[in-house]
Amino acid sequence: MAGEHLERLETLHDQISGFIYPNEIELHWGLLVVLYPYITGLVAGAFILASLEKVFKVKEVEPTYRLSLLTALAFLLVAPLPLLAHLGHPERSFEIFLTPHFKSAMAMFGFVYAWYLMLVLLLEIWFEYRADLVRWSQRERGPRKLLHWLITLGSRDLSPEAVAFDQKAVHAITLIGIPSAFLLHGYVGFIFGSVKANPWWSSVLMPIVFLFSAIVSGISLVLIIYYVATLVRRETPDMACLDKLASFLLYALIVDLSLELLDFIHRLYESEESIGILSELIVSKLFISLTIVQIIIGTVGPLLLLTFSRFSQLPPELKRVAYFIAALLVQVGIFSTRWNVVIGGQLFSKSLRGLTVYKPELAGIEGLFTSIGLMILPFVILYVLVKVLPPWPQAAAPTAPPPD
Amino acid sequence: MPEDRSRREFLISVLQFPCSAALVAVCGPLATAAAATEDEASSERYFGMGIQVDKCIGCGRCVRACKTENDLPEAPFYFRTWIERYAIHADGRVDVDSPEGGINGFLPRESEGEVVRSFFVPKLCNQCDNPPCVQVCPVGATFKTDDGVILVDSDYCIGCRYCIQACPYGARFLDPRTKTADKCTFCYHRITQGLLPACVEVCPTGARVFGELKADASPLRRLMRMSRLQVLKPSLNTEPKVFYTELDGEVR
Amino acid sequence: MKLWGIADQVVRLAILLAIVGGVTVALRARFVPPSFGETGHYRAEAVTIAAELPVRYAGSEICAECHDDQEELRRRSYHRGLSCEVCHGAAAAHAEDFEAQQPLVPRARGEACLACHEYLPSRPTGFPQIIERLHNPLEPCVGCHDPHDPTPPEVPSSCAACHAQIERTKAVSHHLALTCETCHEAAPEHRIEPRSHLPNKPTAREACGRCHAEGADSGAEIPRVDLDTHGPRYLCWQCHYPHHPEA
Repeated sequence: MAGEHLERLETLHDQISGFIYPNEIELHWGLLVVLYPYITGLVAGAFILASLEKVFKVKEVEPTYRLSLLTALAFLLVAPLPLLAHLGHPERSFEIFLTPHFKSAMAMFGFVYAWYLMLVLLLEIWFEYRADLVRWSQRERGPRKLLHWLITLGSRDLSPEAVAFDQKAVHAITLIGIPSAFLLHGYVGFIFGSVKANPWWSSVLMPIVFLFSAIVSGISLVLIIYYVATLVRRETPDMACLDKLASFLLYALIVDLSLELLDFIHRLYESEESIGILSELIVSKLFISLTIVQIIIGTVGPLLLLTFSRFSQLPPELKRVAYFIAALLVQVGIFSTRWNVVIGGQLFSKSLRGLTVYKPELAGIEGLFTSIGLMILPFVILYVLVKVLPPWPQAAAPTAPPPD
Repeated sequence: MPEDRSRREFLISVLQFPCSAALVAVCGPLATAAAATEDEASSERYFGMGIQVDKCIGCGRCVRACKTENDLPEAPFYFRTWIERYAIHADGRVDVDSPEGGINGFLPRESEGEVVRSFFVPKLCNQCDNPPCVQVCPVGATFKTDDGVILVDSDYCIGCRYCIQACPYGARFLDPRTKTADKCTFCYHRITQGLLPACVEVCPTGARVFGELKADASPLRRLMRMSRLQVLKPSLNTEPKVFYTELDGEVR
Repeated sequence: MKLWGIADQVVRLAILLAIVGGVTVALRARFVPPSFGETGHYRAEAVTIAAELPVRYAGSEICAECHDDQEELRRRSYHRGLSCEVCHGAAAAHAEDFEAQQPLVPRARGEACLACHEYLPSRPTGFPQIIERLHNPLEPCVGCHDPHDPTPPEVPSSCAACHAQIERTKAVSHHLALTCETCHEAAPEHRIEPRSHLPNKPTAREACGRCHAEGADSGAEIPRVDLDTHGPRYLCWQCHYPHHPEA
């Protein structure tokens, strides 16, 4: 195994252009670390979409409210797995909770994650579903009854005051949740943006760019899942809801693109020491993933498609397909955004004199197959969550207890 | 006003903690333990290194000695110290190379165009006084000792490689055998018993000068008195404790 | 379940949270390494571990305890700054028990000496360098030089033995035909004790003027300048490099 590893490094060695420090031959954060900001971005984005309905009273997107929450949860449960798999010693990962180093941006991950998972997402879902859980467990039998009963934690009060309290709690948690979602993904941006040694990462805009790309990716993911779910359930999608989602996606994309352009122009105008090597990087190693995939296919393409389909008189069937395609393109674009940040930031030498290469492995714990598995996993979890906690409006039990 | 200063330093360090405001309250006892590390300055045994660029002949003995002394992988990668060769051309072009870290010395360059000046530069961990690698380590597996040396606790390192990303000098690598971060320790096991670091021991021209930064008299203090000093990438405020004399502006 | 007027839901969640929190605190107390935080945010034990790693290079002081004859010789020679293990390799095991390890004894040509003394243009000027294929081919270095006292057995016959870089530079310049003595006067002792008897360098413009002045008695192909008007405030070598004069 060690021999193979060396051989790999030897081949890499021949593909270096210019000079790199000898230890830079190995690229340390691979595909798995690309997945991490991608997945957390989806979580934060899906949650922010969910809060639109509760806090900003956007009634149109109500059909996706519960679905967004479950999507956020499914992806949040998977978010730490790629990080764990990329560690040299995953079995020591608990040390991050034992002796967190408070000056380390990465040590904060455990706390930000725990805060967001336990105190925001799980709580909000619990309060949102509690009344329904009680009603479901009243009507069901067997394991489902037990499961739903267990999740209520035995809190079975269905009095109007109790249900009203639930709704108040959901509102309050959402109010805390929005800054928390901003914190979660802004924080992921900070992990990269605060590395002063790396001119490609080091930028105050990084957390903000991450945040808006997160919103873009979250909205488009929920749009995709909602559209596919209605197809599978043989229902007609709520067109008002889809239109609203498409509008939000369009606005978020515009903000996202503007921020990235600002970052780009700022770097170009300041033209610091690193500008030479970064320009070389953009026009060579990152040309396809940055210019073609991220900007043209992933941003400008869906921008035009959304603008055109949103404000034209297309029949709804066609409009839906256009939204769906735009949302898929956005996912491709956001994934390559993460790629360009994580991988791009490691393709140039910190001597600013040369470029190296990255070839993801196929097999192995840090390989392509693991990554594909980790991208399928949240959908499996979401499927289970949807079965246990149906998010569809029809599934919600009638407000009054069923007459005897 | 020492009190004012320490208060200011405390405030700065609080601001450096990401999301500290919330967490200091929750985990107060831990935070004070972290703050205790700042109080190291009194020790006279505070190590540093001087490198006289104009004395380096690029023989590579230091690279080899380092690999041997520290049991590093034999491979032509993974260096705690290495040598770079610079060739600055008349047209401003700069060629840099470091074949196998310079472990086998250098062959004459196949030159194209007129070279104005050329020289060797030994590199190693700069043992920064303000180390970005220590700042980012999530678990406290890399740290600054009381004598100013940055060490890695390989039994505690989780292998996240954030420190490798944070090092501006490319001085760190992931040891393929232990899957933990590794880097120069100034040969901590040697300097603590009065020996010189292996690279300094074998340097035939005395290009590397090791010593105590705060002692009244040490070879390093003498060098610092007699030379114009420069550190690598000073703009990053890492405050290296490896000082270079006669360093060319092209060296990064 | 309603305690002190707090809603039932909150009470139940608080209990759950308290359980999770309690378990976390208990686990933390159980698993934090004992020496962690004693001297800073790390395991104090790790410093001891780092300090106790095995030593491979013994350091030259200990060599002198047995090899005092070589040491005596070396300390007065040009190699006085070298420690033994530069050429003989890591020898801590040998220092511990002289039969346990036989240190390297490089004898073949090019085994050790050339690592430092083969000519490379990037090496600092003045450092003694040879061009291996021109310097007594096939002879082992130790045949003529004692590595513990490497003073050349004969006074170097040419300046290039030490000043290889200048020699190489001059060889590709218009000055290739000039000998060093054309411009420098070196006392014979310079070849034996170079730093105590430095050669002199030209001090006035007339030194170059011997060939390059308008009326100089030299070949017609040599470029001429009027010493009175050609950059009169400078000495020639403040702009031109005499070993490789710019056209």
